[in-house]
Amino acid sequence: MGIKIGNAPFRDRVQEGIENDFMRGAVSSAQGRFRSGRLKAAEELGDWEDWRTLGEEIRSHTLQNLDYYLEQLSEQVSKRGGKVFFAQTAEEANEYIRNVVQKKEAKKIVKSKSMVTEEIGLNETLEKAGAEVVETDLGEWILQMDEDPPSHIVTPALHKNKEQIRETFASKKGYKNSDLPEELATFAREQLRKEFLSADVGITGCNFAVAESGAVTFVTNEGNARLVTALPETQISVMGMERLVPTWEELDVMVSLLTRAAVGQKLTSYVTSITGTKQEDEVDGPEDYHLVIVDNGRSKILGTEFQSALHCIRCAACINVCPVYRHVGGHSYGSVYPGPIGAVLTPLLDGYDDHKDLPYASTLCAACTEACPVKIPLHEHLVRHREIIVEKEKKAPRSERMMMDGFAKWGSHPAAYKLSTKMARKALKPWTKEEVIQSGPGPLKGWTDVRDFPAPSEQTFRSWFKTRQKGGRS
Amino acid sequence: MSIQNRESFLNNVADQLGRKRRSKGVTRPQYSVEPQWRVFEGATQDELIDKLEDQCRVIHTHFKRSTMDTLTEVISQSIEENDGHAVVAADDKRNDEYGLTSFYENLHDEGVAFHLWDPSKGRENIQFAERADVGITFSDITLAESGTVTLFNHQGNGRSISLLPRTYIAIIPKSTLVPRMSQAVRHIHKAHADGVDVSSCVSFITGPSNSADIEMNLIVGVHGPVKATYIVVEDM
Repeated sequence: MGIKIGNAPFRDRVQEGIENDFMRGAVSSAQGRFRSGRLKAAEELGDWEDWRTLGEEIRSHTLQNLDYYLEQLSEQVSKRGGKVFFAQTAEEANEYIRNVVQKKEAKKIVKSKSMVTEEIGLNETLEKAGAEVVETDLGEWILQMDEDPPSHIVTPALHKNKEQIRETFASKKGYKNSDLPEELATFAREQLRKEFLSADVGITGCNFAVAESGAVTFVTNEGNARLVTALPETQISVMGMERLVPTWEELDVMVSLLTRAAVGQKLTSYVTSITGTKQEDEVDGPEDYHLVIVDNGRSKILGTEFQSALHCIRCAACINVCPVYRHVGGHSYGSVYPGPIGAVLTPLLDGYDDHKDLPYASTLCAACTEACPVKIPLHEHLVRHREIIVEKEKKAPRSERMMMDGFAKWGSHPAAYKLSTKMARKALKPWTKEEVIQSGPGPLKGWTDVRDFPAPSEQTFRSWFKTRQKGGRS
Repeated sequence: MSIQNRESFLNNVADQLGRKRRSKGVTRPQYSVEPQWRVFEGATQDELIDKLEDQCRVIHTHFKRSTMDTLTEVISQSIEENDGHAVVAADDKRNDEYGLTSFYENLHDEGVAFHLWDPSKGRENIQFAERADVGITFSDITLAESGTVTLFNHQGNGRSISLLPRTYIAIIPKSTLVPRMSQAVRHIHKAHADGVDVSSCVSFITGPSNSADIEMNLIVGVHGPVKATYIVVEDM
């Protein structure tokens, strides 16, 4: 699948999202809960701004010295019996993992939730190679059965309701009980236990790797990442190359920011750090351990004005406060990374061609920037993307370019400007009802499709100003 | 070859950063703020226990106190409350000191199947843990702020003990309490610098497993334990 999900044009995806009442209700209630959880956790901490400053300093230092820390990490993992593969592209990563799986003659693979494996389309590769891949995060398991992409990076099945989930369990797994979330979860527990115990290979993502000692850390609530790393004999962790910290001390700060910003928890139920293979005489844990470090377009962002986008720790705080996400939902973005960070990151990783609409999916209200636990200036990045799309990439729609050219000419000819502002009210009369235009002509249509446009005033600003200066009515 | 493609990959990273490759000489900066050390600064062990107790309510975890003398009684009670017919426990050097070795041996007489983690028995350990109702381990470092027990998993303390059974019981010596994760990771960081290998698996466990994946409803008990009990022991 890769980073891009679906081929429908942006407008169609948005339309579909807006018409999905359940999804919109679910998203707005989830946003409310996530947001108040984060604010409460921040308030309890008392000095949240200091934490954010520290988080930003750590991320910035790590990215500035990324080559150093990645080298250290790979040495440490290797010292502890692990194998490390540096993958420049998604294809290289997939190819390496497929080889490991085939060499093991693995039939069943259990996975814990990982956005980077979604990004590189790993499941598809492995299924093509004949292995059964089982997603074990509850939300991802539901989506996998329905062949549906995630719509949120923390709770991927946010767009589904419990009736739909019951239906899916019933038709795909013979589930017979009610749509109570507890019963659904108990069923998932029973079903997936069997999968964990019989899997040949476990695959995880990586929240943070610790360069100094080679520990790879998973932050979860369900415990599936622990099972994935404890039971199968072969384990593969896939990490985006920027997902590391210098030492254990920075791990503390980043995890503390992540769990609070993501779900308002002081820590999630499980924060698990595994280092290389199991040691001699240990019963559980992998005998064979692989760490795959993925670039896939990230290095192009280094050294550019967008470098801080790589500071992202995937907490979704920006998604949870975004008014645009609230209305259009995750699938509208057409990327495995939705919301403000998705709109910044997706065009950087996958180019503007398919994603030129994303930087416009924002009101630039800056709620995202304020929510970000590592202070990524998200809305400023979005503005910069727009500038690049218009000025360098020349990807603004033709009509917009014509309009802008026209505006430039018109604005620089005072006579034309004066005449048309005077005429505007008359010209728009046929579309005007009670001082608003509900369905405008030509370029106005895009606006009035979604909201009313106020009719031009009877008096132009210039004539009002002139009267005022003469001491008339103001 | 245990490391592949590294040179070209990292050279490209250095190029993109617009400088020569850095292989040594990088030190962490002095950060401008360090708010983590202010959390519960100067709190006594007793105050930390109270914080832990408060946090247990948030994380759906039963909180109990005991002395060295009453510990086995409290464990026994907890096993019963959790319908424990089969119990698995870590082979910990503290078992003797806390009077658990004989307690565990006697569980059989009370009709409870008991298994002490034993690396020589291989995957049998996992099979037992999978069927067990209760798993018991000590906490190595306990974080008061978040209500977290830290386990340095090792030969005698398999990852499955705190993971596969329906109920997890953590024995928390009062002396293991620290304000938050910062103290625990500083310990690991220093030990590593002194040449002590970090455990192949460090588990920070905060209550039972849970999920909010179905309509954002909190479900306690998904893949890991469904219930958790913490027993704080007065050891100092």
